[in-house]
Amino acid sequence: MTLLSVENLRVSFPTPSGPVEVVKGLSFDLGRERLGIVGESGSGKSMTGRAILRLIRSPGHQIADKMEFDGIDLQNRSERQMRQLRGARISMVMQDPKFSLNPVMTIGAQIAEALRVHEKLPRRAVRARVLEMLEAVRINDPERVMKLYPHEVSGGMGQRVMIAMMLIPQPDLLIADEPTSALDVSVQAQVLDLIDELVREKGMGLILISHDLNLVARYCDRIMVMNAGRVVETCAADDLHKAQHPYTQGLLAAVPRMEETRDELPVLDRSQWSGT
Amino acid sequence: MTAISLRNVDISYGDTKIVHGATFDVAEGESFALVGESGSGKSTILKAIAGLAPEWTGDIDVLGQSRGHGVDYRFASRCQMVFQDPYGSLHPRKTVDSVLTEPLKIHGIGNRDTRVKDILNAVGLDQRFRFRFPHQLSGGQRQRVAIARALILEPRVMLLDEPTSALDVSVQAEILNLLKRLRAEQGLTYLMVTHNLPVVGFMCERMAIMNKGRIVEIAPSTALHDGSFGDPYSQSLYAASGGNPDLKEIV
Repeated sequence: MTLLSVENLRVSFPTPSGPVEVVKGLSFDLGRERLGIVGESGSGKSMTGRAILRLIRSPGHQIADKMEFDGIDLQNRSERQMRQLRGARISMVMQDPKFSLNPVMTIGAQIAEALRVHEKLPRRAVRARVLEMLEAVRINDPERVMKLYPHEVSGGMGQRVMIAMMLIPQPDLLIADEPTSALDVSVQAQVLDLIDELVREKGMGLILISHDLNLVARYCDRIMVMNAGRVVETCAADDLHKAQHPYTQGLLAAVPRMEETRDELPVLDRSQWSGT
Repeated sequence: MTAISLRNVDISYGDTKIVHGATFDVAEGESFALVGESGSGKSTILKAIAGLAPEWTGDIDVLGQSRGHGVDYRFASRCQMVFQDPYGSLHPRKTVDSVLTEPLKIHGIGNRDTRVKDILNAVGLDQRFRFRFPHQLSGGQRQRVAIARALILEPRVMLLDEPTSALDVSVQAEILNLLKRLRAEQGLTYLMVTHNLPVVGFMCERMAIMNKGRIVEIAPSTALHDGSFGDPYSQSLYAASGGNPDLKEIV
């Protein structure tokens, strides 16, 4: 069953020398599966994630032939109707917990707010849900953590709080935009395992946006490789090493390996593609 | 000869002690890595050597001369540091040219025009970038400027604080190749901080693994091939980086 269907999505920004398209006619369908979007900076992967939630800020402009989520046409919805959808049905985990959490609200209050905006619940039930959610993201002693402010927790813990906040209204689709690039390797694995587990348990759809090919291959079913606003290749995660497109092969080869014996890393020859 | 030698170095910020008894030697021409999680004190060691964290006790020797606690001009011309974030480490209102000539002015070195041209060539930047501002450059180009700024005084020792962690994998490959080439050409000594173990495998010969301010193990980078680490913490760090799927749990 298709959860999200996007056809010919275009995002453009005006510049003095005419509009620049950062996403150039993207089409894909997503079921209740895990899709990875990979690409370098400036390939349009984050803009794709934001466009799904209609979060492209003015003067940016997005247009698509079709953008349908669970039978709802996202393009015809008013801002007010979009707000009901954001968080409740589709939610997004941002890159850096330092900048995405409200510094003057306690963690408990922030998570509760995410829930109260979408559901009317008695105060005690809200509190119970928040505690339960904090436990689900493996925070020890949730009673104490609820009362802390974001600056009092570590990066890994902040990111887990974000995940808790995004999952508490029980959305159908989670968009994770570089959820671990601000974190240590050891914490990275924990956070991704956690997202993975929660997504599987609840049967949600996941879009994981990252520039790290191997990481995406580990946690997704399907991978979409983007370059300069276009999809260059789509493949099953298991077949990533059999990738056909020279751009994907170049990206793969540029990553240093644990058993490194090469004297020099191969570098992408940018003249081959119409990059910026 | 040893390029960098630390003996029982304790470093604190105010009342908090960050690094406990760090002891290691880096030979001249060697590339040595400090690895560990955030907060393990690896960057603090670099800062102490560079003179940015002056509250330390113990002995720090660089190229056979002991390091004082104050500002040391002569030290700066032998040992330079490259910082993590090229978006934050370049002055936004200075052109590449003025960033590169400033160290030369401070140290009273002449022939600045040729030196700037040569250093831009060495780091693989075209001459047309010379009079641009940092916001007109990409992340990889900025990091090249930061490396050029460190190299322009012709130091013998380079302190690298996560030089590629703010960059894309494809750009990371370019910068790592550049650093490796420069080291071979100029016989530099590298002390590099990173949390990316595969980068260590590519760049370095030995590494010190740090946990909570202490060095738990010093291992050759060939240990990354087979996971032959002695300390349980090193093994879990190795496993978390995708080294050995059997040891995935973190201690």
